[in-house]
Amino acid sequence: MNTTTEILITSILLLGGTMLLIGSIGLARLPDFYTRLHAPTKATTLGIGSIALASMLDFGLNLDTLTFKEPVIALFLLITAPVTAHMLSKSALHHQLNPVRRTQNQALLERARAQEPPEPSTPQD
Amino acid sequence: MLESAMLLCGAFIGLALLLNLWRLLKGPTLQDRVLALDTMYINAIALLLLLGMHMESPLYFEGALLIAMLGFISTVAVTKYLLRGDIIE
Repeated sequence: MNTTTEILITSILLLGGTMLLIGSIGLARLPDFYTRLHAPTKATTLGIGSIALASMLDFGLNLDTLTFKEPVIALFLLITAPVTAHMLSKSALHHQLNPVRRTQNQALLERARAQEPPEPSTPQD
Repeated sequence: MLESAMLLCGAFIGLALLLNLWRLLKGPTLQDRVLALDTMYINAIALLLLLGMHMESPLYFEGALLIAMLGFISTVAVTKYLLRGDIIE
């Protein structure tokens, strides 16, 4: 096993593991559903992509069996995670979950719930 | 070095699964529980890929693909039920 390939695979693997942990910490600690939705759907996608890339490099460089199954998993999750997040946020709007109080432009929530376009912004003098 | 990195990454993913389980049991709304289940599916895929790297066998990727597809389909079904009160209208 070459040293440079081992360092490369180890760094990519640790990046993926820390990304998954960061996404789950955000899911556990953020105060609101709309903010909690942001943490897993982005960070865990990057973590899965990194771990799949590390696995593919490990199988291709160290065991000489290069397969392309791991990028299929990464690509599938890259396509389906935004769809899941969009449908979850739509159902949260439909169930009228209240956002945290510091959220800006809360009038847009009701307009989005009624499926209306946002009002044209008036220039403030 | 690679083996210890795999152990550390597995420990990270196990801690992430515990945090997701806490959110699934505590979560005040239904959407929180569905989101926690979806994240647990993703962490299980990562654990299976790590197991395949550790065992040096390519047998576990089919299981990871199955978990990915079933997790997406089940999350979409539950979300359609929450939106419409029915899965297929």
